[in-house]
Amino acid sequence: MSSPSTRFAKISLLLATLFAGSAHAAPSAEGIVVYNAQHESLTKSWVEGFTKETGIKVTVRNGSDSEMGNQIVQEGASSPADVFLTENSPAMVLVDNAKLLAPLSPATLAQVDPAYRPAQGKWVGIAARSTVFVYNKNRLTPQELPKSLLDLAKPEWKGRWGAAPAGADFQAIVSALLEQKGEAATLAWLKAMKTNALPYKGNSVVMKAVNASQIDGGVIYHYYYFGDQSKTGENSKNTALHYFKHQDPGAFVSLSGGGVLASSKHKEEAQAFLKWVTGKGGQDILRTENSFEYAVGLGAQSNPKLVPLKNLDAPKIDASRLNSRKTVELMTQAGLL
Amino acid sequence: MPSTSSSTSAAAAAADTLHPTTSPELRLPGRRLPLWLSGSSLLVSLLALLPLAFIIAISIQTGWETVVRLVFRPRVGELLFNTSLLVVLTLPLCVALGIAMAWLTERSNLPARRIWSALAIAPLAVPAFVHSYAWISLLPAFNGLAAAVLLSVIAYFPFIYLPAAAALRRMDPALEDSAAALGLAPWAVFRRVTLPQLRLAIWGGGLLVSLHLLAEYGLYAMIRFDTFTTAIFDQFQSSFNGPAANMLAGVLALCCLLLLSAEAASRGTARYARVGAGSARQAVPARLGWRWGLPSLLLCLATAALTLGVPLLTLGHWLWEGGGEAWHNAALWPALRQTLLFGAAGAVLTVLAAVPLAWLSVRAPSRLQRLQEGCNYITSALPGIVTALALVTITINFARPLYQTVLTILLAYLLMFLPRALISLRAGIAQAPAELENAARSLGCTPGRALWRVTLRLAAPGAAAGMAMVFLAISNELTATLLLAPNGTRTLATGFWAMTSEIDYIAAAPYALLMVVLSLPLTWLLHYHSKRTAGR
Repeated sequence: MSSPSTRFAKISLLLATLFAGSAHAAPSAEGIVVYNAQHESLTKSWVEGFTKETGIKVTVRNGSDSEMGNQIVQEGASSPADVFLTENSPAMVLVDNAKLLAPLSPATLAQVDPAYRPAQGKWVGIAARSTVFVYNKNRLTPQELPKSLLDLAKPEWKGRWGAAPAGADFQAIVSALLEQKGEAATLAWLKAMKTNALPYKGNSVVMKAVNASQIDGGVIYHYYYFGDQSKTGENSKNTALHYFKHQDPGAFVSLSGGGVLASSKHKEEAQAFLKWVTGKGGQDILRTENSFEYAVGLGAQSNPKLVPLKNLDAPKIDASRLNSRKTVELMTQAGLL
Repeated sequence: MPSTSSSTSAAAAAADTLHPTTSPELRLPGRRLPLWLSGSSLLVSLLALLPLAFIIAISIQTGWETVVRLVFRPRVGELLFNTSLLVVLTLPLCVALGIAMAWLTERSNLPARRIWSALAIAPLAVPAFVHSYAWISLLPAFNGLAAAVLLSVIAYFPFIYLPAAAALRRMDPALEDSAAALGLAPWAVFRRVTLPQLRLAIWGGGLLVSLHLLAEYGLYAMIRFDTFTTAIFDQFQSSFNGPAANMLAGVLALCCLLLLSAEAASRGTARYARVGAGSARQAVPARLGWRWGLPSLLLCLATAALTLGVPLLTLGHWLWEGGGEAWHNAALWPALRQTLLFGAAGAVLTVLAAVPLAWLSVRAPSRLQRLQEGCNYITSALPGIVTALALVTITINFARPLYQTVLTILLAYLLMFLPRALISLRAGIAQAPAELENAARSLGCTPGRALWRVTLRLAAPGAAAGMAMVFLAISNELTATLLLAPNGTRTLATGFWAMTSEIDYIAAAPYALLMVVLSLPLTWLLHYHSKRTAGR
């Protein structure tokens, strides 16, 4: 009976070799695992800067906000993640409500403007972004622009605007609307959106469609425009940004969050990573590289091309109250998902 | 399984149904099957039932009321409408184009037929989502149903072309001659005699095309056309494996099973083999003349331009724009390495897992064995996203040490692509004489040793073909890889997807090119294989 057992021995040997071969993919003992829902390129710059300075190795898993937030909740106490970075705060709140975040070090908290972090100190803002209405300059005059995000539910906007409802960004905007206006008004707005808006996969695709005159305008975040302008401008040359201001739901400024998992076995390195991201090194990357997101560190400057954060007249919303699950539920109910 | 080449072997499967290998019972009386063989075959088949079991279990766990709320809502109706419209419109177009091309390249005197035949298979070397990328960057306004239908025909018509061309090549022209002698006009001969003989090819190929239409994600996500698969992905992004995603997956799985059984039920029992002594002569190519020759040539030219011209043109354009710099992407080469690693490991594992099933199906067919084979076929017909959702949920809850490991993603590949390995391996084992294996046994070899030293060595070419097919299926796989990849890993397909999501078409081009280059050998293999089965 030697043969089958030899064969299995060979198979196991093969598998062992494979795992050895792919060991580079697994986190090394001293490194940390970051579940990243932020833009890949931005996190890549952060990771490179951090590793260069500290020598700590970082393994990144990329995904989207709610996907990873729910994933961490399901993984529970044995999550492989050490750090969670989001694009928007609702997913962070989800993880926080599940009591899975460790308190952040006071040094980290002290670096961030108190307006951009929850008071309990379980997570911290790492960057910020503003909701905008991107519109085609050849199709809309400034007078024809919507005064409020809520105007887009009116019949005259049918078929003329777009958004990326499956994306975490738009869902954060909806969660802010929910927080400001309540469930009934939000659901009604979402149902009108189902009739009026064209769904796209991703904010850059929305802007591209606006630029190509397929739609008159779209609800996205500000930095897609600046990012494209800093490159070739081929997907934004016919567009301009409209800031709703006046504390309108459409003037919502969303916080990207960072948190350390309570289950992390490398807490020290994980805390060091967030300290670096919110510190000078991390916040400078926001100003100098082409992410065009707002810096939130105390005294940190954002890219000079941007409209200053304080001029945006954003609604005052407690980021720790944004409810991602309810938002997804309402959007599912409205038939957007 | 969004890839084109992923299912090319399923095209071979379709060809396989045309001439099922009826193997005689080779089991000697009184000899028991080795336990490890039947045991491992049973184990693989039970594993294959995991995704279905997951869907049933999760539906029960979710509770009837929630299921009703999540399944019977307008959005699901919308998706059902979109998805069925896509199938209903795409399928006839694929069949018409596939058969027209097959007839022209096999039965007419069209100039340069060999080249046209190769060009008709070549679109398979371009993953479906790369087709989409090529068109969307050429025509930014390209979207919706019409775009979805056009792209689906372009990406999937070879699945009809391949079996139809093979069937036409093997068809005995005597039947057509008799029909003509009895007074039928050429068109009537085609309609009443030739076409009915292509039925199995059309049905098999049609099933494959439909399953792809249901499972594809990347192609439709890029052109803003919502199907069940894109909606499941949206839900996954919004809620990980929430009940809404799982229920959509349940409905999608039901659609796939419906298609499978519809195809099986309508296959019929007609005889397709020729009766009579001797062998069939080769058909005399029909003379097209100017009146038909020119439009036919134009059809071939237009097909090649749309299916190959556009992808090559746009890919070339972006590669040119990016220049050498696009290749300096530090993530590109690790992605290639990872793809090769997943592909090679998955291929070896899948073929090994297929050995017991293939051996049993040739040497000791039984009802239980056929049932086991059926399990594997059903699971491979399920979209990759359903299998991936099942494995994520199962490993996170019940098999945590396997969660996010290479093993889980390899298991997903195994479940999705096993039939591809099975078909090639079975053909290989069937060609190895049972007498040799028996002789080895009588000389004192254990069954396992006889299998290893005699049969498997003779079946090596079949195993190699199976490995190649699984390898390429894996290298273009997108959805399951996105969900199951271990932390920090990225393949060519997922890297390409990340770049196109940021509409960075220049950075995406090298990934696309590498995928096409990896797929080319498979396309050649299919071409070669289809000629060989026809005995030429």
